[in-house]
Amino acid sequence: MEKIKSLEDLKNLRDKAKETLRTRSGDVKVTIFASMGTVGIAAGAREVLKMIISELEKRNFSDVEIIEGGSLGLDVEEPVLTIERAGTKITYGKVTPEMAKQIVIQHVINGQPIGEYVIARSKK
Amino acid sequence: MEKKSVLERLHETQDKEKEKNYISEQKASELLKENSDSLSHIYGVATFYTMLSVKPRGRYIIRICRNLACHLENADSVAEELKNLLGIGFGETTTDGKFTLEESSCLGMCSVAPAMMINDEPYGNLTPEKVKDIIESLKAGSKK
Amino acid sequence: MKIFRTHALVCSGAQCLSAGGNNFKDALSAEINSAGLQDEVQIVETGCMGSCEMGPMMVVYPEGTVYIKLVPSDAAEIVKEHFLKGRPVKRLMWNASGKEFPTLSEIPFFAKQTKLVLRNCGIINPENIEEYIANDGYLALGKVLTSMKPQEVVDEIKKSGLRGRGGAGFLTGLKWGYVASQQSGDKYVICNADEGDPGAYMDRSVLESDPHTLLEGMIIAGYAVGAIKGYIYVRAEYPLAVKRVALALKHARAFGLLGSNILNSGFSFDIAIRMGAGAFVCGEETALINSIEGKRGEPRKKPPYPSTAGLFDKPTLINNVETFANVPVIIHKGAQFFKKIGTATSPGTKVFSLAGKVNTTGLIEVPLGITLREIVFDIGGGIPEGHSFKGALIGGPSGGVVPAEHLDIAIDYESLDSIGTIMGSGGLIIMDETSCMVDIAKFFLKFTVEESCGKCTPCREGTPQMLKILQRITSGEGMPGDIENLERTGRIISRTSLCGLGQSASNPVLSTIRFFKNEYESHINEKKCPSSVCDMKPKAMENKNGKKIRVRKIA
Repeated sequence: MEKIKSLEDLKNLRDKAKETLRTRSGDVKVTIFASMGTVGIAAGAREVLKMIISELEKRNFSDVEIIEGGSLGLDVEEPVLTIERAGTKITYGKVTPEMAKQIVIQHVINGQPIGEYVIARSKK
Repeated sequence: MEKKSVLERLHETQDKEKEKNYISEQKASELLKENSDSLSHIYGVATFYTMLSVKPRGRYIIRICRNLACHLENADSVAEELKNLLGIGFGETTTDGKFTLEESSCLGMCSVAPAMMINDEPYGNLTPEKVKDIIESLKAGSKK
Repeated sequence: MKIFRTHALVCSGAQCLSAGGNNFKDALSAEINSAGLQDEVQIVETGCMGSCEMGPMMVVYPEGTVYIKLVPSDAAEIVKEHFLKGRPVKRLMWNASGKEFPTLSEIPFFAKQTKLVLRNCGIINPENIEEYIANDGYLALGKVLTSMKPQEVVDEIKKSGLRGRGGAGFLTGLKWGYVASQQSGDKYVICNADEGDPGAYMDRSVLESDPHTLLEGMIIAGYAVGAIKGYIYVRAEYPLAVKRVALALKHARAFGLLGSNILNSGFSFDIAIRMGAGAFVCGEETALINSIEGKRGEPRKKPPYPSTAGLFDKPTLINNVETFANVPVIIHKGAQFFKKIGTATSPGTKVFSLAGKVNTTGLIEVPLGITLREIVFDIGGGIPEGHSFKGALIGGPSGGVVPAEHLDIAIDYESLDSIGTIMGSGGLIIMDETSCMVDIAKFFLKFTVEESCGKCTPCREGTPQMLKILQRITSGEGMPGDIENLERTGRIISRTSLCGLGQSASNPVLSTIRFFKNEYESHINEKKCPSSVCDMKPKAMENKNGKKIRVRKIA
């Protein structure tokens, strides 16, 4: 990585990174953001993530980016999982490995959020 | 590059001792050679901090949180189950050298209380049954 | 080429077929023909759509309607309603698009929050510096290094009115000014991330979810006070936080945002991590300094204050994680923006970890001046299982209790002080009527006794005496005069202890006595715990010989 030499460089990088994030759906169709802070992991996020990865592998679906992220603060709903697909983010709560499997099949692959598990949506 | 402090070196020494998780007398004297401090100073530091030990401990250090939030969510029953399962009390190590049971004043996982950590791995929303599963799987050696 | 109005994609993957997909397809084809739609609707057999558990399934374009678990008898309804009348059959559909869901900011937990410190938490990838930069990260640093003198940075922080978020609420700008005015070549900046208060984990969340915001705040501070190096002192109980901060440091260095000659400005500054090893007292600034130096974490006598002689006896600036995390926001958006949030004397926001007997636990960031009622009932969703609010513990082992009669108190430094408690670092534990206040006081005191470092006598010897009295009271052996004794001992410890830990150790006891004296009295006079929590010794029973049997329970 080249070092940033000036404020101008920094701003250019910012704009570029913004664009990359905005068009993330260009090269990857789906982003899976797993809440993997201490609380998330303690509530079982690791098992959820394992299930997601194995389901994606099983179905040979690679058009996806998985992010081990931090916490939204809504700890009571951990493990929390956010799926970003076609510009919309949907956040799920109290995700079990079994739910994660369904979310992969219905939402990640087929774009159909599972209403009963959803906490909220948010725009990109 | 500044010289590493005694506390940093103690951390490193203990981290290397993966099986027994402690700072042996021999290692402590080795630290003495690289520092000009006295051995009593090194022991003074090592025994001040609860997460450092000068006595051999188990492969798995189980730290159960004893904070108020855990207390309110029945951490006591989880602690009892752990003691029963392992047949040891707090501050003790199982005879096979596998588990050491410790208490922590707060692990900061109040929202998933009761909570514990096993080495670096956090566990929350514990129940006696859940604890049993976790310990069984570690005993069977299925995971790290 | 024929143009069809509608395409019906029927899955003919092996799973769907085995679940009866072919039968459905045949039935659909027959229904389409009998409705005379064969020139308008085309049936396409597709490969596996991946949702085998939901099969047999079909997707109808152009709408993109997805039907699941289809049986042959559904075909007629779909053709009649959807293909003929344009009304998708809801009962067979997957509950489709996300539009009916509320947005995050609409759900009550988030609606009353204002996120400055936690602005990126749970939104960006903490292990990717570019995502932080994409959200205007490091722009404040860029602004400072290219267009502000160090003194101007200090002045901006002063103007913002930011107060230290570690507990005491000292004016951050004033502290920065003290360190900046010291004439010394070597100065240090320390971030106190030794978050040990029971019930508090705000800082860990920032470290784990948005580490760069802390780094940016520290680098700006380093520039403002003229420091050469920074240390982040993290407790060893936070291994994941240590890992993410270490990665963030590596990335910041690689990007030229940390290290020598940052952004070609001539300013050089680096940051290192130091780990604690399980000692609560190291959250006290002078004990923390000793610990970074590798010594036992015992507090030092003040003065000299760290701002004149701190780490390695050099002028040192110590702030906690949340305080530093506010800095990029203040610089980027300006002191005026920051002052609009919160109250006149307590501007900005505060992060709390909301725990205990409340429906929605978690980490919240609220504008200062919000009422406790709003936090507990709007954000926290009230008390579970039909119980009622009894009190909130704020400030951990150094704080006190806010009882129900003060539910409408504004959460700011002065208001909390006026009822004998403190803002603290952000632990907020909610109690319902099943909690016994004497038990809570005992709990915190037990904590302090265990965590007292032993250096000064009032804390080392005084707190166990108070604990003994509390243990007596909660086991039914309280005596008249115990309350007064607790108050007197508590006041002495507050006045004579060396460090903040001892000085505030008796707060939970004094505060619960102030608001729940009647509970202490029923323990002592009636030998009864009103909340049935304390293991009160059963009344002495007389056996056949008329001798009293004492049943003693170990506390």
